[in-house]
Amino acid sequence: MNHNIYLYIIVVALVTYLIRTLPLTLIRREIKNTFLRSFLYYVPYVTLAAMTFPAILHATDSIWSGLAALIAGILTAWLSGNLFLVAASGCVVVFLVELLL
Amino acid sequence: MNTNRKQFSRGLRVGIPISLGYLAVSFTLGITAKNAGLSAFQATLTSLLVNASAGQYAAFTMMAAQGGYLEIAILEAITNARYILMSCALSQKLPPNGKLWHRLVIGFNVNDELFGMAIAEPDKLKPAYYFGMMAAAMPGWALGTFLGTSVGNVLPGNVISALSVGLYGMFLAVIIPAAKKSKVILGVVTVSMAASFALESLPLFSQMASGTRLILLTIVIAGGAALLFPVREEKKEEDPCES
Repeated sequence: MNHNIYLYIIVVALVTYLIRTLPLTLIRREIKNTFLRSFLYYVPYVTLAAMTFPAILHATDSIWSGLAALIAGILTAWLSGNLFLVAASGCVVVFLVELLL
Repeated sequence: MNTNRKQFSRGLRVGIPISLGYLAVSFTLGITAKNAGLSAFQATLTSLLVNASAGQYAAFTMMAAQGGYLEIAILEAITNARYILMSCALSQKLPPNGKLWHRLVIGFNVNDELFGMAIAEPDKLKPAYYFGMMAAAMPGWALGTFLGTSVGNVLPGNVISALSVGLYGMFLAVIIPAAKKSKVILGVVTVSMAASFALESLPLFSQMASGTRLILLTIVIAGGAALLFPVREEKKEEDPCES
């Protein structure tokens, strides 16, 4: 059975678009419920934190360079909060640590 | 009009570092697409239309395995389910009387980074600001995929390894400054990382797809935090992360 790649792409794009757009367009009014509001307020912090750790440890060639990038990222984000600086510090640290390993 | 243009260019400026990070991440994604048998054009088209890292990674893997169309649709819905939560949150952040087409365009690229920046806005989200971020970020994502499929084997391994943490740096830049300001968020972030680590190691949960684990973690931890530390109306004014 041979599938058409373009049909695959259309299916993937359509499902993803609907998932993003339906909540955006169907929920027009402000949610008043305190629990729901609070829940939605905490969602990004949980999602982003859980996606970062422990995945960052497996992203690089060695666990140690990944761990070093995590520490460098947290420190830079705590001290400066600049998006580009935080991302760059992680990349540089991985490069340097892997040179040493 | 003038303020819209200002918002758009502000979005562009915020979007450029995101775009550079994307370039690195989608580069590695492009290598995956190539290994799955996609041409540079097909992989780039997917990136332009889908704009989802985990979702595309899952899709490419499934395409390589010649999975059924329904199967790939379900997999895509699961790996991207966190966008449902993000879109719900964004729907609250947008002005309630805004235009429908604004929401239809934003829906094209709701993802972790742009969402993180949008939610960090002090008051209501200006659509022009979001469009600016999209205009900067989307070409980076597509170009990186194109380069990954076409010249992916040229870069030395240690450079690819270094570039691949860029994405996580962007996540940290969103959550850590917020955790510095609020003890509750600091707790939520710590618990989330610990639980995510635990689930990955526990035998029963480690079998689950990472997207499914993420949904489970999000619902349980964000739900628990909402029950224990409800965000009250008065708090909104001082807290820049609340809509």
